[in-house]
Amino acid sequence: MDKKITVITSCAVPLPMENIDTDQIIPARFLKATSREGFGDNLFRDWRFDAEGNPIKEFALNNPVYSGCILVAGKNFGCGSSREHAAWAIHDYGFRVVVSSFFADIHKNNELNNFVLPVVVSERFLAGLFDSIQDNPATEIKVDLPAQTITNIATGESENFDINPYKKHCLLNGLDDIEYLLSKKSDIEQWENNRITY
Amino acid sequence: MARTLFDKIWDSHTVNAVEGGPTQLYIDRHYCHEVTSPQAFDGLRKRGLKVFRKERTFCSPDHNIPTLDQDKPIADPVSRNQVETLTKNAKEFELELFGLGHPKNGIIHVIGPENGLTLPGYTIVCGDSHTSTHGAFGAVAFGIGTSEVEMVLASQCILQPKPKTMRINVEGKLRPGVTAKDVALYIIAKMTTGGATGYFVEYAGEAIRNMSMEERMTVCNLSIEMGARGGMIAPDEVTFDYVKGREYAPEGKAWDDAVAYWKSLATDDDATFDKEVTFNAADIEPRITFGTNPGMGISVNEAIPAYSGNDETGLASYMKSLDYMGFHPGEKLEGTPVDYVFLGSCTNGRLEDFRAFAEYVKGKHKSPDVTAWLVPGSWAVLRRIKEEGIDRILADAGFELRQPGCSACLAMNDDKVPAGKLCVSTSNRNFEGRQGPGARTILAGPLVAAAAAVTGKITDPRIN
Repeated sequence: MDKKITVITSCAVPLPMENIDTDQIIPARFLKATSREGFGDNLFRDWRFDAEGNPIKEFALNNPVYSGCILVAGKNFGCGSSREHAAWAIHDYGFRVVVSSFFADIHKNNELNNFVLPVVVSERFLAGLFDSIQDNPATEIKVDLPAQTITNIATGESENFDINPYKKHCLLNGLDDIEYLLSKKSDIEQWENNRITY
Repeated sequence: MARTLFDKIWDSHTVNAVEGGPTQLYIDRHYCHEVTSPQAFDGLRKRGLKVFRKERTFCSPDHNIPTLDQDKPIADPVSRNQVETLTKNAKEFELELFGLGHPKNGIIHVIGPENGLTLPGYTIVCGDSHTSTHGAFGAVAFGIGTSEVEMVLASQCILQPKPKTMRINVEGKLRPGVTAKDVALYIIAKMTTGGATGYFVEYAGEAIRNMSMEERMTVCNLSIEMGARGGMIAPDEVTFDYVKGREYAPEGKAWDDAVAYWKSLATDDDATFDKEVTFNAADIEPRITFGTNPGMGISVNEAIPAYSGNDETGLASYMKSLDYMGFHPGEKLEGTPVDYVFLGSCTNGRLEDFRAFAEYVKGKHKSPDVTAWLVPGSWAVLRRIKEEGIDRILADAGFELRQPGCSACLAMNDDKVPAGKLCVSTSNRNFEGRQGPGARTILAGPLVAAAAAVTGKITDPRIN
């Protein structure tokens, strides 16, 4: 798995829809696997393919003019179920960055834990990105994690984005939370010994 | 300093505050089901780890399981493999498992409270967004991803950014025929589907205080549907009466000590929330949804509103949603023919939901045009249904009970609503394809579901 993220410059795939829920990102019937691999094949399954499994050509992921490892989506991306399979599907398909004006909490954590960077931008900046991509699908976006900036290269417009320093450190270095927690075992045991029990 | 119920529990479970980052939070109770756990157990194996505090995790398969013939092997080999994988993992890592056929098996959010595993003051997580259900007991309970499931198994802790706090007050008394589900659907519609994102909600006010534990669970269960990290209600005598005597609840002196501690958890009078919202209980009527997220809801007798926002993406999303449902702005849904009715799920699969449904259908008969799936949330619920004779009332009205599980809430088993069919469902999500590819879902409470099942149409249960 490709883990580290620093600076990414790429075209983007636009999904100008609000409240894209994790049931759309990966429908429940594809959650039966017991490994983390292969979920990208069914990313946005029911928007991407018809009932016979033929690609729906109007959908952005099937439109050859759109490419790149950045997904740009309307506000409240990833609402609904906590299924981490949604983040696995996004990463497995090849996206490393998702840009929206607003992410659902659990999905945002799931992206961060799977080395996909959620970038929260203003509504205005997001609308500008959609416009630029519509005008020219080859529009590139630059996401600079060390500097915490995102730039719409078509317009030159740039914005800062927030990420907590701990998670930034994890993404820059490809580290996960479990290593951190395992290093704190003695703290945990000490806390257990001191806690109020009932 | 004055603190909220949430702050008191969060602070008392903070092991470390990571510099510039999240809180390292200790977890008292971890629930585990078959869908979101296999990759976490794999992670432990790869790292050569054991479960750190195995007495704190309880497992039950619920999402995939059939609701008929549970004594036979699961026909779908992929579902069977996932359920068997949970069994193998529970055995290998020495965790308590309420497997298929076990008298305690059921939906994880139903069986936790039933067995006294969910207690006030606890931190509770599960790889399932409806873990917020357990907040009804005055616990900090929330859904997590599989990586976080692995963290809990490995260390009994997770790293979480501390959410903001919000109090939602529902003041006054509910009108007759209005259920806890209607209250929740009303709040979500007012808040919108993402309106509480980033917040942990405490529900308060007279209408909430007057609710039973099962009603409180329904309200807290749906917190995630407005984006909230979780929802909770301060523990009180109703809570203590429910918990006392349950198998895993404290006993004797430990019980008395626990109650004294639980009473200290209520939000201090002068504590402040990052946001506070108040609703009037008398404004709430039986609810239905009309779109493809739970925030798109109206009273059962209202017409579908026009889009109220002012941006293009929002309008396009709204119209796409109505297009999927086959509805249009200005349309009234009362009287719309219904194909399926689903009573069940972690939202409305408890005894009181079946009592309410049965009370409505008693002496009436199921519409021949409706396929009804009545799925108790657990085997304990099913046993009580039979003890109380509810099964006979339902049978006389033409309804059959199925075996417990998540069932048509997310249609991972065979209980799938066919494409294009309209289902009135007491579950929690009306997302596109949630109940099966192409299925159209109207969320409602058990009374609206019962009325739809009898009349074959969207019906105000107060009238018919």
